[in-house]
Amino acid sequence: MDFPILSSLILLPLLGAIFIFFSKSKSNTHPTIKYLALFVSFANFILSLYLWYLFDPSNADFQFLEEQSWIKGFINYKVGIDGISILFIILTAFIAPLCIVSVNSTVKYRLKDFLVAILVMESLMIGVFCSLDLVIFYLFFEGGLIPMFLIIGIWGGERRVYSAFKFFLYTLLGSVLMLVAIISIYWITGSTDITYLYNLGIDEKYQYLLWLAFFSSFAVKTPMWPVHTWLPDAHVEAPTAGSVLLAAILLKMAGYGFIRFSVGLFPVASEYFIPLIYILSLIAIIYTSLVALMQEDMKKLIAYSSVAHMGFVTLGIFTFTQQGLEGSIFQMISHGLVSAALFLSVGVIYERMHTRLISNYGGLVSVMPKYAIVLMVFTLGAVGLPGTSGFIGEFLILIGAFKKSFLVAAIASIGVILSAAYMLWLYKRVVFGEIKKDEIKKIPDLNRAEIFILSVLVLPIIFFGFYPEPLLNTTEISIENLIEMYNTNINSNLVEK
Amino acid sequence: MEFEYLIIFLPLVGAILSGFFGKFLGSRNSEILTSLFVSISSIFSFLIFYKVFNDGYTNNLDIFTWINSGSFNVNWSIKIDALSSVMLVVVTLVSSVVHIYSIGYMSHDPHKQRFMSYLSLFTFSMLMLVTSDNFLQLFFGWEGVGLCSYFLIGFWFKKESANAAAIKAFIVNRVGDFGFALGIFLIFYLFGTVNYAEVFELIPQSLNINLTFLGLSFNAINLICILLFIGAMGKSAQIFLHTWLPDAMEGPTPVSALIHAATMVTAGVFLIVRCSPIYEYSPLALNIITLVGMSTAFFAATIALAQNDIKKIIAYSTCSQLGYMFFAAGVGAYNVAMFHLFTHAFFKALLFLGSGSVIHSFKDEQNINLMGGVWKRLPYTWILMIIGTLALTGFPFLSGFYSKDAIIEFAYLRGSTTGYFAAGIGVFTALLTSIYSWRLVFKTFHGDYNNKKLNISSMHESPMVMIIPLIILAIGAIFSGFLFKDLFIGIESSSNFWKNSIFFLEPLSQDHPPSWFIFLTPILVILSIPAAYYIFVKNMKITNEIVNGNLPLYNFLKNKWYFDELYDYLFVNPSKKIGLYFWKKIDLRFIDRFGPDGVSNLIKNISLFTVKFQNGFIYHYAFIMLLGFSALLTFLILR
Repeated sequence: MDFPILSSLILLPLLGAIFIFFSKSKSNTHPTIKYLALFVSFANFILSLYLWYLFDPSNADFQFLEEQSWIKGFINYKVGIDGISILFIILTAFIAPLCIVSVNSTVKYRLKDFLVAILVMESLMIGVFCSLDLVIFYLFFEGGLIPMFLIIGIWGGERRVYSAFKFFLYTLLGSVLMLVAIISIYWITGSTDITYLYNLGIDEKYQYLLWLAFFSSFAVKTPMWPVHTWLPDAHVEAPTAGSVLLAAILLKMAGYGFIRFSVGLFPVASEYFIPLIYILSLIAIIYTSLVALMQEDMKKLIAYSSVAHMGFVTLGIFTFTQQGLEGSIFQMISHGLVSAALFLSVGVIYERMHTRLISNYGGLVSVMPKYAIVLMVFTLGAVGLPGTSGFIGEFLILIGAFKKSFLVAAIASIGVILSAAYMLWLYKRVVFGEIKKDEIKKIPDLNRAEIFILSVLVLPIIFFGFYPEPLLNTTEISIENLIEMYNTNINSNLVEK
Repeated sequence: MEFEYLIIFLPLVGAILSGFFGKFLGSRNSEILTSLFVSISSIFSFLIFYKVFNDGYTNNLDIFTWINSGSFNVNWSIKIDALSSVMLVVVTLVSSVVHIYSIGYMSHDPHKQRFMSYLSLFTFSMLMLVTSDNFLQLFFGWEGVGLCSYFLIGFWFKKESANAAAIKAFIVNRVGDFGFALGIFLIFYLFGTVNYAEVFELIPQSLNINLTFLGLSFNAINLICILLFIGAMGKSAQIFLHTWLPDAMEGPTPVSALIHAATMVTAGVFLIVRCSPIYEYSPLALNIITLVGMSTAFFAATIALAQNDIKKIIAYSTCSQLGYMFFAAGVGAYNVAMFHLFTHAFFKALLFLGSGSVIHSFKDEQNINLMGGVWKRLPYTWILMIIGTLALTGFPFLSGFYSKDAIIEFAYLRGSTTGYFAAGIGVFTALLTSIYSWRLVFKTFHGDYNNKKLNISSMHESPMVMIIPLIILAIGAIFSGFLFKDLFIGIESSSNFWKNSIFFLEPLSQDHPPSWFIFLTPILVILSIPAAYYIFVKNMKITNEIVNGNLPLYNFLKNKWYFDELYDYLFVNPSKKIGLYFWKKIDLRFIDRFGPDGVSNLIKNISLFTVKFQNGFIYHYAFIMLLGFSALLTFLILR
């Protein structure tokens, strides 16, 4: 047995969290605990990069497998990764330290608990992306809700309790159904091991209901229309670091779940439900873009734009084409970077002005030129301009969608026009124009920590816009394999009929 | 090191240096550096151009892989052939001239480094656009120039109108890009590649592919052509998607000269010419292009007649001239379209920069009704503007004469109905062009001095750093037609030059139109000069009478055919209303009310209801127990 790198990735933040939790730091906001948390999460990021270095992209099988029986004959702790999951792990490990750096100014009380929550969350998220057993996947997946729920409920804004409960209610509803489905799978097949289930295949007659059960959970988390209304509220109330985690990683669990479970386990049902997904995705893209256009609160606007961007992801996954699927994964990574960056940017000015209302801003470029530059890059990333990572994902998804249907691709492309409208209008109202308020005249430009965080996000957004190969290359073979498996399943099902 | 890399990446280096290290470099150094880099790039472009027409040089460099996903492969590339070499010369020459001019024009602006950086970045994007060997890099450049245009239109970020114009430009262009992107998807869908050469090779065998869409069947080639053309219409401000161009005049004048006259707006024409191997197989699309081109040429010219803002007149003039280029391409005379693009770059940049010099002298006044009588005070600007105007209107032996008349003649020779119609519109529009152009010159430089705010003695000529670039452009405006006529549109020499970069299914007609037709346009153009002088300077009563006699028509023209109002009514306001409706009514009133809030209320109500029973009164509990007991009994008995 080699060095258990995946378990280390999962456990390291958790150990850090436990250590911090029991550390007897007198003041709750002592800087050393922050540095400790930062150190742990950064070490984890380095470890994840090492994992990427070790990873063999030309191999479609699961790699770095670890298996440990937990409850005999029922639950196995089984982890492993392939080209589909590795990027999400790196994204998670990349975003977590940024969140920890950003708490500097955003979290005013109970810093220690907040850091513990972030680290626990990181552990669970990484766990989600490496689980190869349905039960432990479920545990990680739902476990991730708890720290998020606490982050919103404890450190949130005025309506934090309402938002936290809304978030909880929505996600719980979907989760319960997924749990039932997982239990049913165990009854039907006698196993919850994903690789085993991939090979076995689930009988067609069960697939539809099981698919719907998983769908209800993933649709809420994505979020898809019409179960998206928790997201704007959750974002608005969450502290900056919470929003970043939520947008950058939590939403991606659902997209990942669609690929790994809905498509992987229930190919026939996936094929059957394509129209449903397309319709909901298109509604998400157009509807939420229009809603985003009219928002008065910056965070709500970005939250709604997230729904639209995730609409592209679900669309791309269910094209079952190489471009569509690779595009979806790319879009998720890119959206993880861009939305994290946008929420951090909003956090920066919220710290200074204590308002998120767009109408309270205007003319920032005169006092915060550096901020204006980085925010422009993120805005363009969200708009999907060629040369930013946002373009590659959207473009590949649309190419994939076009293969399926001209109409679907055409409607989705309208979303690209709308995204330009709402993002540029937001930028204009916040950054350009005359300074209308005296308070704005006094606010300082980015400090060093902020410059550091934001430029760390600027670089990959531009780099992967011009050279997306490292990411595309990593996912390529695994996706090929997935599509091949999918097509064999569909064809054999047709033959049986 | 090959020249090509220097040509394309020097402007990028300049943009980065001036943009990120501008403070460190200082404004003067940034200006010199960016101008120098673009000028070097320009010199190398001329070298390449020379190599292309002298030795038939072509080159196709792959820089590195951009996207590689399954069967979708695209590289960053540099493709040099006759077509791109012409564009290289136009772009880098005008760009370097504009860079130098900007040193003078922007001398009082506090953000010079940023301005120069944007100009250089624009140049880089435009070069990426023209040297691409595939549709996707073209799209990259296409959006890149759109972005720089957005930055530069909104350069004076404190002006509300400038910001609005910038966003409008970006979004209207995105509407065009929507078509363009769908065109690229379709190309990849049909041919499995987006590389020009590979696509063009597959076209002849794909003529009969039909696609069904919403129950209708379309020919795939026609569909590709039309979708790509929608993109071209957006970028080149053709009718229906033109509304952003006049507003774009909010940007500094050098920007208008570089982006909104000479280079970016001609990208649409370039796209059509580049795709001639596809368009040649789609007579339908060519007819549409002719129709749109001539409509734009005509309608923009009519609007230009009634505008009073010096830059807006020239903007509509640009729109109109782009219309000429499109209908040239539409009648299959791609090389003539390129020729007009080439000459137009010189005289239109000259006119814009000249008007910038005027605006500079009038301390940012742009209304021509508040000018007049200053030709002696601004002698260089005056002469240069007259040269530009003569070239634009097609005065014999200046550059516009060769290119514009060639367009009208080729349209006539096409022999089809649309061809004749286009030729007729072309002649009439040439007359309109002449009238509005001379109106501009006469109202600006001649007649009485009408500006109350500034004393005429305060008028003085712009500095040499602004005049010399104008002189360079003026030389181009005078001679570029005569010198390059054979190369671009000569019967034998032109096919030697263009080679494979332009494709003709059938060779262009080599006849000559009847001689009365050849002389018609120049005669009209020459006669209109004294006529314009008479009605706009000598006897202004006539103009006033015409205006007052046709007030509805005048208002129609003055308000630009009410396009903006129409679009606000049709698209902008409804989008906002629908967005608000979705948010307030559906998200909040419906989904939330019956979704999470409904569920939590339901639970709350049920618990409130049950709470009522737990009130501590023994007889309530006894009653419930009795009820339960009897229910259980009934169940057991009935079982």
